[in-house]
Amino acid sequence: MALDIIQAGPLSLLQDLGRYGYQDVGVTPGGAMDTHAFHWANQLLNNPANAAQIEITMGPFKACFKQSTSFSLCGADVVVSLNGNTITTWSSWQAKAGDILEIGYPKQGLRSYLAVSGGFTSPKTFGSISTVIRNKLGGLSKKGSKLANGDILPFIAQVQPHSRKVPQQFIPEYKDIINIGVLTTYQFHQFSEEAKKTFFNELYTVTPEIDRMGYRLKGKPIEFAEQSFVSEGIALGAIQIPANGQPIILMRDRQTIGGYPKMGCVCNRDLNILAQATPGTQIRFFEQDLYEAEAELHQEQHYFFKGNGDGND
Amino acid sequence: MQVNLVNENSVIIYFSDIVCAETTDKITHACQLFRSELSDTLSDIVPSYTSILLSCNLRKTGLQNFVINIRRILNELDNVGLTNLARNKIVLPVYYGQEVALDHRDVSLHTGLAFSEIVKLHTEECYRVFAIGFTPGFAFLGNTPKEMTIPRKASPRLNVPKGSVAIADRQTAIYPSQSPGGWQVIGRTPVDLLDDSEECLSKFAMGDEVHFESIDKQTFLAMGGQL
Repeated sequence: MALDIIQAGPLSLLQDLGRYGYQDVGVTPGGAMDTHAFHWANQLLNNPANAAQIEITMGPFKACFKQSTSFSLCGADVVVSLNGNTITTWSSWQAKAGDILEIGYPKQGLRSYLAVSGGFTSPKTFGSISTVIRNKLGGLSKKGSKLANGDILPFIAQVQPHSRKVPQQFIPEYKDIINIGVLTTYQFHQFSEEAKKTFFNELYTVTPEIDRMGYRLKGKPIEFAEQSFVSEGIALGAIQIPANGQPIILMRDRQTIGGYPKMGCVCNRDLNILAQATPGTQIRFFEQDLYEAEAELHQEQHYFFKGNGDGND
Repeated sequence: MQVNLVNENSVIIYFSDIVCAETTDKITHACQLFRSELSDTLSDIVPSYTSILLSCNLRKTGLQNFVINIRRILNELDNVGLTNLARNKIVLPVYYGQEVALDHRDVSLHTGLAFSEIVKLHTEECYRVFAIGFTPGFAFLGNTPKEMTIPRKASPRLNVPKGSVAIADRQTAIYPSQSPGGWQVIGRTPVDLLDDSEECLSKFAMGDEVHFESIDKQTFLAMGGQL
């Protein structure tokens, strides 16, 4: 009743949709970086929306199913094989006991989501399985460690009779230049017209300094006159502008409070695209209407949580 | 008070421009009201020095309704005022011995005060939790007496030992777990500030009152302190 990890790769983590209600004591919500891919991986298996999966950053990754089950893989464009036979991503498949799953290095994108029918069943810490290495919380060890070779991940074996595939229009393409929608909130109005113009007209490049906490970008510096700033709560997707003027976008494992001025927030939809962006990807920001973005997120949640009202309340 | 939208499901309220105990009281009180009245529509709440960030569960409410409810609660807060606010009081034992007060020399040099004087100042003051963040359970306590003001270290330590009591600017804090950090370390508490077996996780909450009490080496070790 388990998946044996043969090769964990550089960063494979157990994740669900995150740990909520503990930010007031400094605990980050964490959770799957690309919730679009995560949601579809569970959806393909009729799993509860919050069922735990493995988030595989980069790869390669290799594991053995100890029991027959159905599984799905969504996210990065990777070569994936079951017992040496190539299979497609954004699909669900059946595995028999002893089958070997191999996932290669992504051609495009960064993170793959591996779900099994019913989800991985590790115990939760503070309401979530999500692994946060920095906070030493969650995961198989409950102490925030990443998955290692030889780890055994329990699940309850259930086989779905049919393989399914995500409809083509919902499978994103991970491009070299991406458009990122920005909700112009927080201190946006405090930036000069010149700074706003720079931000929306220039291209910004994803640097190698990207992790689950934040994405550091490089481009024409954005100026902000006032330097001292009282620390305040940091929302998902907040775009911080530190003294050097190079934007940092705060992701799932962000710190809970911070004192840099913020241009606003990246909208949820485009955070999923950003979570798949690799160093060198170029970003063009555009203004995104907040209520349109809210309606879109609401619709997405309604769709994926329908009929299985579990979750990360 | 100013209520601003932040993202699809978050709102930030600015209470004041001034970091002080009165602002902290207002924020602490507002947090209590939000928690009880917003109940299951609230997914996370992040109080800080002068603001509260609130996130809603979009499966339970829409952003506009969430804001309407927040404004209603803030009006209530204005009408009720700040009476009867129960405040959690915490007394924390600290060993200020030189072997754990890693920056005692720098602190004395910078302030021109003997270290015994620093200890006296640090233990005489009553602090409030102004914010929690940085790492789980890391509470920003203020204000320290003016005389012991000192900036953060020019280059942060890679590993500040668990339980280290430190100062920076007009604030003091305790490192709940070993972590990198740039504050000036003046002592160590034997008390475990994180409890992952309990639902509360952290000993501190926004607005709590904190006092430090000097203990000797024997007591520190007897209480489970590690040198």
